[in-house]
Amino acid sequence: MSIKKVSKEQPDNFEFNEENLKIANDIIKNYPVDKQQSAVMSFLYLAQRQNNNWIPLVAMKYIAKLLNMPYIKVYEVATFYSMYNLSPVGKYFVQVCTTTPCMIRGAYKLVEACKEKISKSQNTLSKDGKCSWVEVECLGACVNAPMMQINEDYFEDLDKEKTSKIFDKMLNDEDIEPGSYRGRVNSEPENNRKTLMDLKNASR
Amino acid sequence: MIKLKINDKNIEIEDGLTVLQACEKAGVEIPRFCYHEKLSIAGNCRMCLVEMEKSPKPVASCAMPASEGMIIRTNTEKVEKARKGVMEFLLANHPLDCPVCDQGGECDLQDQSMFYGIDKSRFKENKRHVPEKYMGPLIKTQMTRCIHCTRCIRFATEVAGVPELGAIGRGEDMQITTYLEKSMQSELSANVIDLCPVGALTSKPYVFEARPWELKKTESIDVMDAVGSNIRIDTYGWEVKRILPKINDDINEEWISDKTRYACDGLKSQRLDIPFIKKNGVFEKTDWRNALEIIKEKIISTDPLKIGGFTGDLTNMETQYSAKEFFSKVLKSKNLDSRHDYTYLDISNRSNYIFNSEINGIENSDFILLIGTNPRYEATILNARIRKTFLNNKTNIYSIGDQGDLTYPYQVIGNTTEDVSKFFEKQSAIYNEFKKAKKPLIILGYSFFLLQSANYLLNKCKEFLNDHIGNMDEDWTSLNIISKDAANVGGYDLKIVGESDEFNHTLDLLHKNKLEIVFLFGQDNIKFKKNKEFVVYIGSHGDKGAESADIILPSPAYTEQDGFYTNLEGKLQKAFKASYPTGNSKEEWIIINEISKLLESKNLFNNKDQLIDNMLNYLNLNLKENKDIFEKSVKGKFFDEEVITVPIDYYYSNVIARASKTMSECRNLKIDFQKTGTEG
Amino acid sequence: MLQDKDRIFQNLYNDGDSGINGAIKRNDWSNTKDLISKGRDWIIDEVKLSELRGRGGAGFPTGLKWSFAPKEVGSRPHYLVINADESEPGTCKDRDILRFEPHKLIEGCLLASYAVNAHTCYIYIRGEYYFEGQRLQKAIDEAYKKNLIGKNASNSGWDLDIYIHYGAGAYICGEETALLESLEGKKGQPRLKPPFPALVGLYGCPTIINNVETIAVIPTILRRGGKWFSSLGKAKNTGTKIFCISGNVNKPCNVEEEMGVPLKILIEKHAGGVVGGWDNLKAVIPGGSSMPLLPKEICDTITMDFDSLVKEKSGLGTAGIVVINKDQDIIKCMARIARFYKHESCGQCTPCREGSGWMWRMLERMAKGEASKDEVNMLMDVTKQIEGHTICAFGEGSSWPVQGLIRHFKKEIEERNNFNPLVKKDRNIPYLVDQHLLDK
Repeated sequence: MSIKKVSKEQPDNFEFNEENLKIANDIIKNYPVDKQQSAVMSFLYLAQRQNNNWIPLVAMKYIAKLLNMPYIKVYEVATFYSMYNLSPVGKYFVQVCTTTPCMIRGAYKLVEACKEKISKSQNTLSKDGKCSWVEVECLGACVNAPMMQINEDYFEDLDKEKTSKIFDKMLNDEDIEPGSYRGRVNSEPENNRKTLMDLKNASR
Repeated sequence: MIKLKINDKNIEIEDGLTVLQACEKAGVEIPRFCYHEKLSIAGNCRMCLVEMEKSPKPVASCAMPASEGMIIRTNTEKVEKARKGVMEFLLANHPLDCPVCDQGGECDLQDQSMFYGIDKSRFKENKRHVPEKYMGPLIKTQMTRCIHCTRCIRFATEVAGVPELGAIGRGEDMQITTYLEKSMQSELSANVIDLCPVGALTSKPYVFEARPWELKKTESIDVMDAVGSNIRIDTYGWEVKRILPKINDDINEEWISDKTRYACDGLKSQRLDIPFIKKNGVFEKTDWRNALEIIKEKIISTDPLKIGGFTGDLTNMETQYSAKEFFSKVLKSKNLDSRHDYTYLDISNRSNYIFNSEINGIENSDFILLIGTNPRYEATILNARIRKTFLNNKTNIYSIGDQGDLTYPYQVIGNTTEDVSKFFEKQSAIYNEFKKAKKPLIILGYSFFLLQSANYLLNKCKEFLNDHIGNMDEDWTSLNIISKDAANVGGYDLKIVGESDEFNHTLDLLHKNKLEIVFLFGQDNIKFKKNKEFVVYIGSHGDKGAESADIILPSPAYTEQDGFYTNLEGKLQKAFKASYPTGNSKEEWIIINEISKLLESKNLFNNKDQLIDNMLNYLNLNLKENKDIFEKSVKGKFFDEEVITVPIDYYYSNVIARASKTMSECRNLKIDFQKTGTEG
Repeated sequence: MLQDKDRIFQNLYNDGDSGINGAIKRNDWSNTKDLISKGRDWIIDEVKLSELRGRGGAGFPTGLKWSFAPKEVGSRPHYLVINADESEPGTCKDRDILRFEPHKLIEGCLLASYAVNAHTCYIYIRGEYYFEGQRLQKAIDEAYKKNLIGKNASNSGWDLDIYIHYGAGAYICGEETALLESLEGKKGQPRLKPPFPALVGLYGCPTIINNVETIAVIPTILRRGGKWFSSLGKAKNTGTKIFCISGNVNKPCNVEEEMGVPLKILIEKHAGGVVGGWDNLKAVIPGGSSMPLLPKEICDTITMDFDSLVKEKSGLGTAGIVVINKDQDIIKCMARIARFYKHESCGQCTPCREGSGWMWRMLERMAKGEASKDEVNMLMDVTKQIEGHTICAFGEGSSWPVQGLIRHFKKEIEERNNFNPLVKKDRNIPYLVDQHLLDK
């Protein structure tokens, strides 16, 4: 993993909003007294959600102070894990899985769609600044390959055409439906169920 | 004791050692990069792999605890292959730029690749480049060379107590950096240069100065503070190129402070090289004979009671002793003092002014109370020990007077003499903590002895400790004093305290302009309004003392002559001559001898050996050390005052440091840092 | 074939209701109190009897692992940590358990916590599984509400709190000690062992770490008895397992089957066959990306269990089966896996940090035919230099797939990389020679 680029343009200050502060306080309670450092990952994630999908440096300082940790430890954590974005990624953050199981089912066609619809290279904001895309490693939905994640939602069983359509909708700020795009139910073998048939029939 | 077998050799070792240590005991050398005795175990370089019976994989010997009946092999093909493999990986992305690397010649990677390296590289990909990081004026970085052993990170977090270094990113792109590339806010920062096994972190002031094999190495003693760190002075010809720590587990372990290491470039500037005489307010060059004649004339025409002198903060004991003999035997004056301020002293018993439990003893303590001292700046290395103790034992640490960041947490329990007195009267809230402690430490700083109540409180303290002897372990002395300067304890041992130890009469006379001749033996810290005094300055650097002088006599600095120093624990150590003094300077005792000869037509000492013999005799006869019993009666008066810890201009604390370019860079950076605040 | 009544995860495809009501209908939580009242030793013995082996990849006997936890709680509390950091390429079984059978997991947590004396259980979910985490949190809330967990959980007298901890995108956190580091709010870098987590784990306290699937099958094992579980599958490879079949198959799917089921049956029957027919099969990665691949000859007959696969120098791992057919470039597929490992290496120890990138770069060149013939052996050397020399099993995980490729497809690589870049013909020229002089 190459080192993450830290945005040159940084806001001057950051604080959790009231709602997130409440969530943060609840999260700290999940861990034993004096082990509040455990909450740093959740806090970074909260900060990322609050700040339009990326974490500014001031937020790391803020979190370090909140959890009584050295700054560098927060910084280490923020650069170690791949889900933290240290520079703006736009309102819609598209992550395309290109690891082997997805790759052999055509994940690079999805990448082509990204290049056509969003931006030429990954980690670059689209022209309207709304969206960026990135190739990521296995997202853990291999039987639904190829797939991608937009913000928190999984979009499964895709091909290039369907992906392009999703992007069109997304860039127009229309609602997009997560899940399988071949109409299959979860991770069952499509039209080929040999197990648990009683239950399947019962549910119909 | 446990028994194990290493390379078919049975050995017996004590419990709690690692396999690597056991191998060392068995005389088997294990290559390593990340492992370091004084740091926590990381086990990440994988160089120290050995074969252990019943383990399918080779194990990292640095992290594996040795246990009964283990069978270890370090000379098998499997081990050899593992080490060669690791070495190949380490070298894969290493730039191999040894010819332009300052670490060349003392590089662990270079040395070990001689044994485990392959002669040609199989790595055909592009090598990784890592951008340089800014780590302040002392540390030069070349991060492409980094092998990610994380010694520097562990040092900063554990020993220095400034968790400012970290490894960001992951995988092959991991990089060592400070947070947002700031310099490290530590007085021990440059030790990471010694720790770095490769040339990733090298010394900035020493960059491209010399190769290690060109340097003459002299083991000596540091004088930047009273700790007496053991050092190695590396010289190229006459020039001191660098100063490195020498391991002494009783004093500085493996560390030295940045001041110790880098003030040495101050030896090259502001030096006094020939005698000067002030005429109409302007210094003119003169020769030794002329200068000494003038001094002689002046002495002959002056009442001995109006002659005074002060020895300085870096003055070695030979100089102090010869000055003492000069004053008492030749000048017949009592006005010689080793103090530059109104410090209270009680030199009747040595334990009244030394660090009785010794630096090593700190590690055993279970309670620490600091009174009027900031050990971080007064005795950096000693402070590192306190931190170590805190980390190992979670020792409770308290302070009277807020000292800011000491690199470990402590509780401030007041800031007035009232609070001090309350503690000694068993009224304090932490008294119970003290009572429980078996090995408590009460550490008094230099600022404590500037208090008007110093006399009263010191005696109160001793009385208090007498009352608790039963609580403590035998042979434990709680009373500890941190001296500030290298010459302090030596001067007190030689009883250079003017008329009395309680009050600095000589200084009083000076301030009242009652002295007509003033000798300053390397003393630069006295501010006084000059009236008609004739000031003779004998020293190495043109600083405050020399400015006020009428005659300047140049003498060598601490690296340029042999000299004894007694450190704050009372250990007598000898500093050795590593290079030559500049110009026409003469050692102080020779100057004194020559003046004596002019006055009395005979030498004070025949030679330096005689001087040293006399001095050691004097110490043997006069030093009383009685740690067990303290006097019972309380003397002195109580004053209600604030315990102010006199701030120390750390990077500017003596003439050598003030002349050093590197130190002033550090100082400016620190001032900037304080201005912008820690939040930056 | 496994009968439907013996399938543990009845709601694997979410035919019913994943919430508490549906779970109770499927017999979850039915007699939890009675199970607990039989005592710690009974539970551990029953799990030992079932011969359940950890479903996270290493296949360590679960009952044995539990018995490593100190019998008495000392000054330090015990913890149970559930590893739901499912990131092994080819594996997506835990996702479905989290989504559709969360109560099996929660009940398993209670039983396991009781068995190892833990009052606190952390479930470490990979950050990308945000909705799965939400679904699980909902189930936890339901369980709290019904007092199935919490103070005096299920009236058993045992207190248990369950918390979810989200990861943030690091495969290495699936390694148990890296997971603990991550849970403590640090970088996920594996710890040195010994000490093992069972004695010094989370916050320095005794900690048992189990995979989601391992814990989720516990309630059923205890209900139906260890004997029932061990009667399924093969000796020492007992019970059922969720297999994830992905890649070039017609109907990729998750399916719960008996251990020791033939690979061909899984692919042909459940997954609708290889795209282009069985003869179009090139190779199969049988247990998630870190297991060496198997060529078609072996796939014809191999059965899916720990020991049979080890015999073929591969492993069951997480049972994530990735099918690769002849339309794919096998070298490219493996290069992509090497890239995954290069991307996910934590960078702590030398062989993996420096070696994973090296392997990837070599494989990329080999895929393009830009490598020299002798580099194939060198690549094998490099994998051997990584394997076994690292702090954690990532070293093996990254080098095994490459070894598998070379073991079975060496010829193919050599055919493609059949030239010597230095000198076109072997002219016995020493290695170190000025190239510009050669041309003249």
